[in-house]
Amino acid sequence: MAEPFLTLKNVSKHYAGVTALDNVNFEIFKGEIHCLVGENGSGKSTMIKIIAGTVPPDPGAIIQIEGQTVHGFHAIDAIHRGIQVIYQDLSLFPNLTVAENIALGQFVAAGSKMINWKELRQIAERAMARINIRLPLDALVGEISIADQQLVAICRALVHGVKLLIMDEPTASLTRKEVNALLSVALDMRSKGISIIFVSHKLNEVLQIADRVSVIRDGKIVGTYPSTELNTEKLTHLMTGKKLEYKPFVRIVNQEKPVLEVHQLSKRSQYRDISFKLYPGEILGITGLLGSGRTELALSLFGVTSPDSGEILFEGQPVKFRSNRDAMGMGIGYVPEDRLVQGLIMNQSVGKNIAITTLDNLVNHFGLIDRNKLRNTIHRWVENLAIKVPSVESPVQTLSGGNQQRVVLSKWIATNPKVLILDGPTIGIDVAAKFAIHEIIRNLVKQGIAIILISDEIPEVLNNANRVLVMHKGRLVAEFDPSNTSPDELQNFMDTIE
Amino acid sequence: MKKIFSYHETYVLIAVVILSIVITLVNPDFLTLENLFGLLRSYALMGTFAVGVLFVLISGGIDISFTAIATITGYTVAVLLLKAGDKLNIVLIFLIAGLIGVALGMINAAIIYFFRIPSIITTIATMNIYYGILTVLSQGKWLYGFPQWFSDFAEINVFTLTNRGGTPYGFSLITLIWFAAMLLGWFILRYTIIGRSVYAMGGNMASAHRAGFNLMGLHLFVYSSMGFMAGIASVIQALLVQTVAPNALVGKELDVIAAVVLGGASLSGGTGSMFGTFLGVSLIAILGNGLTLMHVPSFWYKVFIGLTILLSVGASTYRRRLFSRQRVIIEEEVR
Amino acid sequence: MSKASEFSVLLLVLIGVLVLMSLLNGSNFLSLNNFQSMAFQMPELGILSLAMMITMLTSGINLSIIATANLAGIIMAMIMTSGIAPETTGPGGVGLVLIAIIAGLFVSTLVGVLNGALIAFVDMSPILATLGTMIMVSGIAIVLTKGYVISGFPVAMQVIGNGNVGGIPVPILIFLACASIMGVILQHTPLGMRIYLIGSNPVACHYSGVNNRSVILRTYLISGLYSGIASVVMISRFNSAKADYGESYLLLTVLASVLGGVSAAGGFGRVSGLVLALIILQMISSGLNLMGVSNFLTIALWGMVLIFVMVVKYLIERYQERRYMT
Repeated sequence: MAEPFLTLKNVSKHYAGVTALDNVNFEIFKGEIHCLVGENGSGKSTMIKIIAGTVPPDPGAIIQIEGQTVHGFHAIDAIHRGIQVIYQDLSLFPNLTVAENIALGQFVAAGSKMINWKELRQIAERAMARINIRLPLDALVGEISIADQQLVAICRALVHGVKLLIMDEPTASLTRKEVNALLSVALDMRSKGISIIFVSHKLNEVLQIADRVSVIRDGKIVGTYPSTELNTEKLTHLMTGKKLEYKPFVRIVNQEKPVLEVHQLSKRSQYRDISFKLYPGEILGITGLLGSGRTELALSLFGVTSPDSGEILFEGQPVKFRSNRDAMGMGIGYVPEDRLVQGLIMNQSVGKNIAITTLDNLVNHFGLIDRNKLRNTIHRWVENLAIKVPSVESPVQTLSGGNQQRVVLSKWIATNPKVLILDGPTIGIDVAAKFAIHEIIRNLVKQGIAIILISDEIPEVLNNANRVLVMHKGRLVAEFDPSNTSPDELQNFMDTIE
Repeated sequence: MKKIFSYHETYVLIAVVILSIVITLVNPDFLTLENLFGLLRSYALMGTFAVGVLFVLISGGIDISFTAIATITGYTVAVLLLKAGDKLNIVLIFLIAGLIGVALGMINAAIIYFFRIPSIITTIATMNIYYGILTVLSQGKWLYGFPQWFSDFAEINVFTLTNRGGTPYGFSLITLIWFAAMLLGWFILRYTIIGRSVYAMGGNMASAHRAGFNLMGLHLFVYSSMGFMAGIASVIQALLVQTVAPNALVGKELDVIAAVVLGGASLSGGTGSMFGTFLGVSLIAILGNGLTLMHVPSFWYKVFIGLTILLSVGASTYRRRLFSRQRVIIEEEVR
Repeated sequence: MSKASEFSVLLLVLIGVLVLMSLLNGSNFLSLNNFQSMAFQMPELGILSLAMMITMLTSGINLSIIATANLAGIIMAMIMTSGIAPETTGPGGVGLVLIAIIAGLFVSTLVGVLNGALIAFVDMSPILATLGTMIMVSGIAIVLTKGYVISGFPVAMQVIGNGNVGGIPVPILIFLACASIMGVILQHTPLGMRIYLIGSNPVACHYSGVNNRSVILRTYLISGLYSGIASVVMISRFNSAKADYGESYLLLTVLASVLGGVSAAGGFGRVSGLVLALIILQMISSGLNLMGVSNFLTIALWGMVLIFVMVVKYLIERYQERRYMT
């Protein structure tokens, strides 16, 4: 068991003026579950790409597999040696069946010309049996749940005789139950001698399953530790190099008239009987596991979807949104969870991304855009939110995660909202930028804006919200007062809900 | 049972059946073997093109240069027939046409794959290149007067029957050639690795790349199959009308693509079946035949085809939207 | 490539082509006559290219622009030859011509709206929707004309295609007006900005409150309208209308757009680039014509130019990527 499967020595990687990896030493044993944690931009993905052979390391690096030093390592070599990566997008074929997705690659690799459908099914069934799961062989992969798709990806790796399986953020879109199922599959594979590298930012899951954890920061491995020696606080400290110190936030909320009121709001298979009040100047935190219906609720409040039953009252008046444009007209804004696709237009300029929500306010009598007004508005937001960018014409994709989120925030603040819904606003953003965004949010409520803060990071909600609502399986199950709730208490509650 | 209704092909089949019933009610001559055999024979051209187009669409691309390719292969073969007709036989003719088509198709594939140029733009360009050069070299001349054996071949029936008036009719050998092409295509798509790989590439090219599929080989295969079918089709055309004209085929490519899409293939790739394609071509064929039998003036033809495309593709798109999972957001249909 | 450098590249290419064609053709090319005749031919292609360009910006395409133009032309022709004595409606038949033009533009805009509705509301892919309307519209054109040419228009109409104002041909003026208006729409109106943004990422636009459906509808409406305007110029130049004029133009409109900097995926491209590209293409076309190169060879040449341009763009992108990576 104590035999290393893969060893990295002196692995570095430089791009034009950027050091992605700096002298990394890493080792994983056979039958070990090893978690790799690090912030966005820490070098995690570069390291994975080097292990998978898709990117070559700088000269001087030594890669050893099962004791043998390998040279000129390419992706195909990695595959031959049993290294398989399951990327976050799973790389499956949605238009082919489960059986085909699992077994087709086998035929391709063997150089066969014909397909033997019976054999194909047998291969797929054998793979599924190895980890004790049953999936419908003839279902199209595009039509099954994400959790099942993940299992298909794992089966496919098994078929290729995987010895080291690398999974990149595998639990990002899974519900608690599905996460547990996945983790038990991983444990099963471990007992069969397969090594697994888990890349994840869900620290409690990491601690639950890892044998050892390696922390990577700024391209260097900060250290490798047995998971028994760690807790989330230590891990966060190692990942960020800083101690997370939240400044206490004293807020005064005018509890007279709620700006938003929700009564018994329900939407089939998304959320049920949701009722709450939101006051101006308040930050209302909503937390809960994936699949609890938080985002679905937010989308109905924003008008993208409509509830089946129940009432929404905005400033005392019942409203029915036919689209998010109606909601925006009333003064509701939404910062989406998926920044890259829903929040920003990546290859367009920062300026256009900021102006997109308020174009109609920037026209003159002829209906033409007032260029001066446009320029001034854009520059004002860049300044107000301290967006670091060489030019407002730069495409938004050239910005860091934190700056990108500031662009999203500025386009919403520009609409003068009365209610702003933030869905996972600091996901994938490094610590310093996280705090900066919290500052921005706190400044907003000082001006009387009400904020709904949806997040699954417990410290984030506890330290910023006036009240925290917990959703579970589409219902509101609890309300917590941050001033007398500890993070562990809340975490415990979430872990034990059934 | 419910699964049958999730297939696009079911709906096209229903449409074909309904249309046939309507036409037969107006003119019973429609549902006779004589009429149907003749119809199949005259649509063998479109049908053969459709086999190649299906391959390209499944792979996620599109090709509108195939009529230009067919014009070149047809013209070359015609010139050979006129110059050395007695030394050739039908198999050789098909082979030569097919191989020239393969070569031209490979040029398409190379440009699309190596330079990452979208297939629509590439094939718009190559269509004009091929057609332009051919027209100049041929000087617009129509070719006819092929050897006797060539015109005899066109008349061969696999089996012959006689109608009430005493005239013989039959299931043409040309139709059989089209059916053979469809059978070959169906077999490749269903039972060979390369066929399934085409589906995979069309479903998600990035995944196919990561999984080690030979994308270059697949591109070459798909576009040269299209070229091959174009070659075969051009010989069929020559047999049917016993002339080859430089401008006969170009302009009809979009009709063929429409037929294949009607049959269930999607422009974004990954779906489509040979049976569906056959149904799509049949629908177009029956529509045209029906209009004639119902004595609708021929210029209404295009109007009906256009309407049919819009209605049926519109209906199937709408249906797909309803069926798609309860995920809330408007899907990212990057067109 | 940045906007400024793309424009300069095109400008250089234009000067290069000018020099080349002059060298090959001498005084024939540089004559006022030649420039005037180019100025008469280019506008219809130019206006059609504008109609194609705006749809490509939204990451779509409009295969029906030629068919729409032909149908509009036929409607206009039918009205103008309907038997009403033109003189009774004003000098040169101007009243009749005006009614005809309004009718033609109305029809072409209607087709545009149909396209827009199919794409925006029924969710059809632009290739299929415009393919379907193309076939249907050309079918209607055939039904109306039974394949024949309709010709013989009132003087007022002929002036549009053949007259000039202070030495500048009327068609050029119409084209310049159309190009300027589209330039203003794209660069200076909210609609224009939204067109670019939808071309790059319609999902984010939707979340940001953009009415995607309305923008797409208006895009194809404008495309249809411009097809109709192109038709006015076209049929007045030919003094006749037919169901299948200008079929080879489709490639050219795509070529001009791509050459002019329109991205195949949408989201980028300016009218100024398109205008330069059109001038370049027109000069090549005239030059080849003067050299006696056959029309069909010219068509083949366009295909090669299109591929050449795309290949060069690809190589430049790869070069820039490499520089970033190392």
